[in-house]
Amino acid sequence: MSLSANQKRTVNGAGGLSSDWGFRTILCLAVFFVKPVDAQSPTNIFSPAATPAHSIFGVAMLVLGVTLFIFLVVAGLLLYALIRYRNRPGDSNREPAQIYGSNQIELSWTVIPILIVVMLFLSTTRVILETQAIPKPDNAMNVTVIGHQFWWEYRYPQLGVVTANELHIPVSDPAHPTPTYLTMSSADVSHSFWVPRLAGKMDVIPNKINTMWIDPQHPGLYLGQCAQYCGTQHAKMLLRVYAQTPADFAVWVNQQRQLAVRDFTGNVKAAEGQTVFMHNACINCHTVAGTVANGRFGPDLTHMASRDTIASGAIQNTPENLRAWIDNPNAMKPGSLMPAMHLNDHDLDLITAYLTQLR
Amino acid sequence: MRDTVAISIASTREAPWTLPYRGTVGMACLIVAESAIFVIFVVAYIFYLGKSLTGPTPAQVLELPIFGTVCLLSSSITVHLAVATLRKGMLRACTGWLASTVFLGLIFLITTAREWYHLIHDEGLTIQTNLFGTTYYSLVGLHATHVVVGLIMLSLVLGFSLFGLVKEEHSEKVETLALYWHFVDAVWVVVFTVVYVLGR
Amino acid sequence: MSTTHVVDKIDETLTPQQGRPPFNVVYEWLRTVDHKKIGLMYIAYALVFLIIGGVEATLMRIQLAIPNNHFVSPQVFNQLFTMHGTTMVFFVGMPILFGFGNYLVPLMIGARDMAFPRLNAFSFWVSAFAGLLLYFSYVGGSGLYAAGSAPDVGWFAYAPLTAKVFSPGHSTDYWTLAIFLSGIGSIGTALNIVTTIICMRCKDMKLSRMPLLVWLYLVMSSLVFVAVSPLTAAQVMLTLDRYLGSHFFDTQAGGSAVLWMHFFWIFGHPEVYVLVLPAFAFVNEIVPVFSRKAIFGYPAMVAASVGIGFISLSVWAHHMFTVGMGAAANTFFVFATMVISVPTGIKIFNWLATIWGGHVIFRTPMIFCVAFLFQFLVAGLTGIMLSVAPFDWQLGNSYFVVAHFHYVLVGAILTALFGAFYYWYPKITGRMMSETLGKWHFWLFIIGFHLTFDFMHVPGLLGMPRRIYTYEAGRGWEGWNIIVGIGVVFQAVGTLCFVCNLVHSYLKGKEAGHDPWDAWTLEWSTSSPPPDYNFAVLPTVNSRRPLWDLKHPEDPDSDYE
Repeated sequence: MSLSANQKRTVNGAGGLSSDWGFRTILCLAVFFVKPVDAQSPTNIFSPAATPAHSIFGVAMLVLGVTLFIFLVVAGLLLYALIRYRNRPGDSNREPAQIYGSNQIELSWTVIPILIVVMLFLSTTRVILETQAIPKPDNAMNVTVIGHQFWWEYRYPQLGVVTANELHIPVSDPAHPTPTYLTMSSADVSHSFWVPRLAGKMDVIPNKINTMWIDPQHPGLYLGQCAQYCGTQHAKMLLRVYAQTPADFAVWVNQQRQLAVRDFTGNVKAAEGQTVFMHNACINCHTVAGTVANGRFGPDLTHMASRDTIASGAIQNTPENLRAWIDNPNAMKPGSLMPAMHLNDHDLDLITAYLTQLR
Repeated sequence: MRDTVAISIASTREAPWTLPYRGTVGMACLIVAESAIFVIFVVAYIFYLGKSLTGPTPAQVLELPIFGTVCLLSSSITVHLAVATLRKGMLRACTGWLASTVFLGLIFLITTAREWYHLIHDEGLTIQTNLFGTTYYSLVGLHATHVVVGLIMLSLVLGFSLFGLVKEEHSEKVETLALYWHFVDAVWVVVFTVVYVLGR
Repeated sequence: MSTTHVVDKIDETLTPQQGRPPFNVVYEWLRTVDHKKIGLMYIAYALVFLIIGGVEATLMRIQLAIPNNHFVSPQVFNQLFTMHGTTMVFFVGMPILFGFGNYLVPLMIGARDMAFPRLNAFSFWVSAFAGLLLYFSYVGGSGLYAAGSAPDVGWFAYAPLTAKVFSPGHSTDYWTLAIFLSGIGSIGTALNIVTTIICMRCKDMKLSRMPLLVWLYLVMSSLVFVAVSPLTAAQVMLTLDRYLGSHFFDTQAGGSAVLWMHFFWIFGHPEVYVLVLPAFAFVNEIVPVFSRKAIFGYPAMVAASVGIGFISLSVWAHHMFTVGMGAAANTFFVFATMVISVPTGIKIFNWLATIWGGHVIFRTPMIFCVAFLFQFLVAGLTGIMLSVAPFDWQLGNSYFVVAHFHYVLVGAILTALFGAFYYWYPKITGRMMSETLGKWHFWLFIIGFHLTFDFMHVPGLLGMPRRIYTYEAGRGWEGWNIIVGIGVVFQAVGTLCFVCNLVHSYLKGKEAGHDPWDAWTLEWSTSSPPPDYNFAVLPTVNSRRPLWDLKHPEDPDSDYE
């Protein structure tokens, strides 16, 4: 991974890391320790894939290097003292020289830490400013993120798209950055949006608007999960961010903009399923665009069959799983706020057949 | 087994070794802790000024509680005089000043009660109404609770004093209680300023 | 001082083995206002809750050993981490440290008891009741097997999760009330400690001649006043919200969830300093004695301790770096947090300099202090990593933070506490603890500690958040969680050795005498255990180490101070 090149790149060109030589040294050390660990994990914070995560990686390496150095010096001295000055047989009949203090020594070990603190503080401040205090570029894509117990709602105001649980965004070309700006709030309790390879986490809090931005440079699926305890199913409020090439993203947007599929000629079960769905309480919690279903409490289902997972990433989106979920959500995700719908087997089959058509 | 090694080193000091009175230090600690509690309620009040989504605002419904404030602040003077007279051994004067303190404190509570009655019944402001109601009643109520506790203690001492049980040697203990009462008054100065002066 | 007159003609100084009826003993302990007995009750109480909290932790580690485990339900797990944290902070940490303070402070300043003995007893019993109330929650609600009413909102109970609408029932109220009462006990004891130190020092013990333990308890107790009170206030607000319909943290009515966080952490951060300062106190007393040297830089140690106390009041929002406070606020709290590392570092260097040039004796109290020094150093350094706000944006609320704070709580505080047990047990009981069992305890515990908490940092770096009852396979977290779990076994066995040591030594330990460690502070001048009145004649002191002056009349400390 060509980190040093990426490292210098930020949105709007707000400066890169200046102590490049020191950074490279520390990086080599870090990579030596970190590489074996990062091989398997898709959520490794030391495997950054977007600029905010890169900035953090840089300052992280710096502080790791500084603290490692401090540890080696102090622990080394401590170990030496304990060995060198251990009590030996002849020592018991006299006490060692009682030294009560030394102004010079005490001054030096006050001043040196202060200097280290100043250096760390300035490096940290720079990264804070380049992540949190930069103005939003005009070509940023805006997504509104709303946290719920226990799922994520995504609305693309300028594109007219509403979806849930799987966030699709375009990749950002470093030469012409197109970051995605997330405007976030919660509909109930506090949550936190954390996709480690893309950025640090940002809390999603009711009655408060928080913003962050991400700009993955390579297409792929980036994983994460809610990072602020929000109730029983906090553990399964997973995040899936699909970074797509501009072409793929445009195709996705177009599809998501359409109203829900309504033509089921040739698929009797789906047509009947639609009727059953629209006559059940489902419509009070869920939205299916272009039908009477316009509830906002649960995820938007207009294109739910286009998603890989249900229950906020916790369950694969297969017809069997979907049917089991609708039958009894609490069996698969205990504490989920969707009630068991108490449908008979016949209706369950029909509704499942309907929903699996909603691409 | 019960022997102890006595360390009697000849003292190198000439001045007598005196340390502060326990009651004063203990009460000072309590005052610091209670102040911290009040600070939090005051911070909440200030933070939520202007943020209520509905309902009456301070300017619309609050009036300066001048009379009650004067009574309460005067009671600080009377309690101080109670301690001063007790120190001089003037026991009956002390009883009189204690009684005045309790009386003035009671008047303050009554004015607060009347104010709350007016706010609830005429203005429709309760702790549930909006953020102003929430922070106002909790802050003023917390202060009033401390007044009640202080009055209970003062009445107890007044009772003892009426039976002639409070003497000159108890003046430090009564002063400890007076310190608490001064604290309650000082808190009122802050509450008055924040709620009735700055907040409106 | 604390005699009972339930049965005439029984010599009250007899022990039950010597014929005193057990009822008399129990009755005496229930009614006592003696600081030594109250201190021991605090300590015993805390040890019981340490075991309970440890069991809760063990259950959690079993559940997390493999992905998608079904050992406990999500509801039970969420209660476990809430109860574990609440128990360990309020019903283990605070009582055990107040217990040691209660026992040692009057002895070390040459006083006969605390300033307010009855308040002392009241504070203990209120705190004890509070712990029982918290655990009563398990049988409240629908009862034990239906997961009861134990709180499940996390030990910091963020709003609005704690609002009536998101937490119906009484589980949150058990949390609120138990901690509220515990806070009253804490403020009472802290008040007692401060007043005792200011008003009851023996003749000529100026503030500059107090043992460092006494200084640290003075700072710690002062911190309690300004730290615990905000939590008390916030809890009153929460209860008003839940029961009187107020809107302090009601986001639907314009209230602020962030306000709760501010109030909680204005308590929460100084609270961890309240917990760690006594650990410093123990190390300050033990390391010099076992290095055979005076503490290096006493004035700097005092200044650093007081400095840490003050600065700790200004760093709280480093727990809120991810909340969206804005660049300015984030930057301020980064700075304040980094600044606190300076006096903390000074303390570590002073301990190092005390050892330097000494004759280090590796008895059990000292080896625990040595472990403390290395482990506290690491804990402080991971703290510095977390103080770098952008790094915290990744590490916050992850297992890295959990590893960091357990490194401080277990690796520093509990380790120093073990050292303190071994050091003062002879004074308290008159018998030495077994060195052999002590070494077993030490090695088993330290190995377990490092297995669990060193490796716990890694899942955090790999993106594992905290407070999750299970996790997806394939994130790279599985193996690390198993290693973490194995360490628990070692720690449990080590703790068992410790408890056995406590009991066995009480019955069979070698007699200790006044001063088994050849130490220098006043508690070693009286018998072991001390008589009820502590000292036959209240002492007068001329220096920081009165017993050194007695033992070395040719070279007393008073010549150098």
